[in-house]
Amino acid sequence: MSTQPRALIVLNVVSVILLAAAYYASLVYAPLEAVMGQVQRLFYFHVATAWVGMIGFVLAAVAGIAYLWKKDLKWDAISLAAVEISLIFFFIAIVLGSIWARPIWGTWWTWEPRLTTAAILQMIYLAYLLLRQGIEDPEKRARFGAIYTLLGGISVPLTFVSIRIFRSIHPVVIGAGGAEAQGSFSMAPVMVQVMLFSIFAFSVIFVTLFWHRMRLGSLESRVEQLKLKVMQ
Amino acid sequence: MDTPDTLNYMLAGYIVFSVTFFGYLVYLWRRWRGLQAEEQNLKEIEANE
Repeated sequence: MSTQPRALIVLNVVSVILLAAAYYASLVYAPLEAVMGQVQRLFYFHVATAWVGMIGFVLAAVAGIAYLWKKDLKWDAISLAAVEISLIFFFIAIVLGSIWARPIWGTWWTWEPRLTTAAILQMIYLAYLLLRQGIEDPEKRARFGAIYTLLGGISVPLTFVSIRIFRSIHPVVIGAGGAEAQGSFSMAPVMVQVMLFSIFAFSVIFVTLFWHRMRLGSLESRVEQLKLKVMQ
Repeated sequence: MDTPDTLNYMLAGYIVFSVTFFGYLVYLWRRWRGLQAEEQNLKEIEANE
């Protein structure tokens, strides 16, 4: 087994500390929001996981462009790793949002612009993972993946701006929300600090997971090559 | 104003987060161990040929 690089070990430790601190900051340090109560504490992880989810999808699209340009399979591995981790984080963001919505909006789910575009975004990238599996040839698979993530990437800014350009009940964190927004709250300075810290913590955790996932990808391709060698 | 009791929703959210996040870590670890074992097997087969 290849041992982990020292920088990755440091990142592991930093990520564990940051995750523990993010739990503490959102559950204990952040003040109680008077109108919504304890459920508002989901906000910090909801925003942070949605953020890293979207960053990963954008990274996948950038890696897709790089593959089409350089034709190097490492860019395909980067795309795949970014999408897989982003799907996990974005799934968490959607579920946390749904749980938050139940006591505030009175429903687990409603087909309003942000929720609809987020669900479509998640489906697009789930389909990416499934469709890739049907392509045997690595070059063809990488080309398909690159074009797919590039086109899929369009839905990322659309999801982000959906609450700003359409009538939506989803609150807007940065900037003014629409008149229909339900569940908005004025953020105390401490809340802003916790939100920014959570975003930072999850960004570092994303980098750590991404590195691990890349190592897994290269082990997978080593095993594939060995299999081919043994079969010959 | 009375603050509503939404503690259960908050707890449910953090449980969902923790289970999904740590579940993914376990999944990655198991995949890594499985691939390592497979690599070792294939190397032994290759050496015996």
